[in-house]
Amino acid sequence: MSHRDHHDHTHSEQALRTEALESLLVEKGVLQAALIDAVVSRYEHDVGPMLGARAVARAWVDAEFKQLLLRDAKGAFRELGIETVEDARVVVAENTPQVHNVVVCTLCSCYPWAVLGLPPTWYKEPAYRSRVVREPRAVLREFGLGLPESTEVRVWDSSAEVRYLVLPQRPNGSQGLSQEELAGLVTRDSMIGTALPAAPGEQAGA
Amino acid sequence: MSDRELPDSGPAAPPRANGELVFEQPWESRAFGMAVALHEQGLFAWDAFREQLIAEIADWERAHPGAVTAEAGYRYYDRWLAALEKLLAGTGICPKADLDERASAYAARPHGHDH
Repeated sequence: MSHRDHHDHTHSEQALRTEALESLLVEKGVLQAALIDAVVSRYEHDVGPMLGARAVARAWVDAEFKQLLLRDAKGAFRELGIETVEDARVVVAENTPQVHNVVVCTLCSCYPWAVLGLPPTWYKEPAYRSRVVREPRAVLREFGLGLPESTEVRVWDSSAEVRYLVLPQRPNGSQGLSQEELAGLVTRDSMIGTALPAAPGEQAGA
Repeated sequence: MSDRELPDSGPAAPPRANGELVFEQPWESRAFGMAVALHEQGLFAWDAFREQLIAEIADWERAHPGAVTAEAGYRYYDRWLAALEKLLAGTGICPKADLDERASAYAARPHGHDH
């Protein structure tokens, strides 16, 4: 298939340029390969949506923490031992029975890395970035999330200054679950706003 | 089926699991790591990179009007690499001519040495 061939060709070209760039930067003494390894490993293994899920689960069981999360998200993350290296402010948008929040970056791919890791591919694609602003209900339906007409949908467009995290509603039937079990219901997409948390008994993130 | 489904391709399309591969190609992780590491070393402000990335994405979208699918050839990390190259060329950290020359030299390597 020529389509694939074209992509493979492009990939090898990009791979060559990336390798060339890295070797030049190392030669110039600007960067060490080990630093690149460390950054990649951090985002592949240590940082991810499980961090955001911990904050959400804590907010579900601890009203005071929830107030802190809504008022000063970075302060709340610090309390959980989650360091945010980004300069950008993080704003947490709370879902209620009346309001559903969904996050996008229309210009590029801004995302709260510290608590969600790196964004999924679709978050960075032109389709999601352009359409979720114009027709959020239709896009959410395609994600399998049908919202009643009475629910207001708010779309939050990320910027250099502000990143957003959705605080989903605690699922019905989750009384009696431990904080850790609750965190297991909180999917990445539920914190972007394109899904709801898993129902108790369902396994999130499987 | 495409290996890069979009949200509008049906309910099963967008990866729901949190365990989605972060990088589709090894070079993408190197390009990502280089930009972040350079920023963390203080070589440029993150906003400078972000501005360049926004410009690269906007240029691609202008050149492909109405194309919102991956089938049109949009590759996020292609834009990322282009932004990094331009930022490093513009700041004099890595002139384009140096990079072109090195990349050509690598391309000329015999097969089996091109990974």
